[in-house]
Amino acid sequence: MKFLDDIGGYLIMIRHAFSRPEKTAMYSKETFRQMVDIGIGSLSIVAIISTFIGAVTAVQFSYQLKSIGLVPMWWMGSIVRKGLILELAPTITSLLLAGKVGSNIATELGSMRISEQIDAYEIMGVNTRSYLVGPKILAAVVVVPMLIVMAVALGILGGWAGGVLGHFFTTAEYVRGLQDNMKNWDVTVMFIKCVFFAFIIASIPCYKGYNVSGGALEIGRASTQAVVLTSIMLVIVNFFIAFFLLGE
Amino acid sequence: MIEIKNIKKSFGEQQVLKGISAVFKEGKCNLIIGKSGSGKTVTLKTMVGLVEPDEGEVVYDGRSFTKMNFKERKFIRREIGMLFQGGALFDSMTVEDNIRFPLDMFTGMTLAEKTEQVNICLKRVNMVNTNKKYPGELSGGMKKRVGIARAIVLNPKYLFCDEPNSGLDPKTSLVIDELIQHITEEYQMTTVINTHDMNSVMGIGDHVVFLHEGYKYWEGNREEIMQITEGELFDFIFASDFLKNLRRNAKV
Ligand SMILES: Nc1ncnc2c1ncn2[C@@H]1O[C@H](COP(=O)(O)OP(=O)(O)OP(=O)(O)O)[C@@H](O)[C@H]1O
Ligand SMILES: [Mg+2]
Repeated sequence: MKFLDDIGGYLIMIRHAFSRPEKTAMYSKETFRQMVDIGIGSLSIVAIISTFIGAVTAVQFSYQLKSIGLVPMWWMGSIVRKGLILELAPTITSLLLAGKVGSNIATELGSMRISEQIDAYEIMGVNTRSYLVGPKILAAVVVVPMLIVMAVALGILGGWAGGVLGHFFTTAEYVRGLQDNMKNWDVTVMFIKCVFFAFIIASIPCYKGYNVSGGALEIGRASTQAVVLTSIMLVIVNFFIAFFLLGE
Repeated sequence: MIEIKNIKKSFGEQQVLKGISAVFKEGKCNLIIGKSGSGKTVTLKTMVGLVEPDEGEVVYDGRSFTKMNFKERKFIRREIGMLFQGGALFDSMTVEDNIRFPLDMFTGMTLAEKTEQVNICLKRVNMVNTNKKYPGELSGGMKKRVGIARAIVLNPKYLFCDEPNSGLDPKTSLVIDELIQHITEEYQMTTVINTHDMNSVMGIGDHVVFLHEGYKYWEGNREEIMQITEGELFDFIFASDFLKNLRRNAKV
């Protein structure tokens, strides 16, 4: 029952979040602020994590392929690239952002709710779901794909560094692999994932934060719940996208 | 003038408001008093539409707010200012941005005009030169004053204050009360204030509504309150035995 209420409430929130804004300039300003918040705020952590994920992917796979010994090592470029584009960059970046951006959003909205800031907006006649929730989702849908593209690039760089430093392959071999077997469809799938993931990362914490009631303790609880639920939704949606778009 | 007619509101099993009717007059400080949990905040929130009543009607100068939809309410909302218990200032904005927000959102004024209006309001609440400060850098009393400035920036006809004195020392409370009183008279607003501060009742209680167990138990002005010698209101106002005796002896 509670579960159905939540789904209903969530859908209503989403509908209101994209209702027509009263003053476009104010909404674009807020969206831009959120883009900076989400984007710049997550830049360094996404950079560090994706570089090392790329590196460890190269090292692990090289190690395994070497022990099998049937495939040429220049394949590694292609394996790292595909792995990053199709799975690692979108999923790991999004899980990371679920923790960072998700808890931020839930905490921000939760404390605005508790301190009556949301009521203050409502009193003025501001549609808070469209002013507070809409720009966050929109900003995430724009910025998260950019972060993921950056994660792919840095992951590939990390893979090169890991493999070359570990003497698994040469730079020339890696580059040959990177250029081999390119498929536009992979990139399309990645962007489809990005948009879905971005939407989840922003909207679930918005729902949890917006509907906090009680005190400071509830804000913390909502924030934790938001991160857990967002992460679960991410891996489920990830599976279905892969299943339907990559399956035969 | 704001009229509330037979307002009822329950949360789950608990009926908080059991049919409250009252009239709040223009140019006056109308106080709602009552024990903690008596439903003052719920009454106020019902009046401004943050809580929907189960029954009853709220009427602003002949316009029934309760029957309006979100769009129609917006026009009345533009005429409402509200001061929240903790100030409810927007954390991420400076004092100036806070006060300017309603102007940004709802007017077509130029930046210069808006800044001028912001400064007039800041001056009115005695907070000049705090434009660039953030709410986190202000004391409780200063937050309330900025809250008042933001509430009056659109020259509202109706002003609502939820416990304007909570958390303030008696001196600062007095300053806030007088500020609200002066602004009310100056702009001829209909002001409704929730309080359990007896100093406020005596200081600015032009019209006082006493809520008790979900009903309007008493209504009158501050002079009339002083005549009371028994009953729930007497217990509420002269809470301690010391004060009760003082009052009884004074009568003799
Ligand atoms: N959203 C809500 N959900 C459930 N119960 C509520 C809600 N809001 C208020 N109540 C209940 O309504 C009653 C009246 O609350 P209200 O906040 O109006 O009291 P109050 O007179 O403002 O008290 P105080 O002086 O402490 O602020 C309380 O018992 C409270 O628990
Ligand atoms: Mg209250």
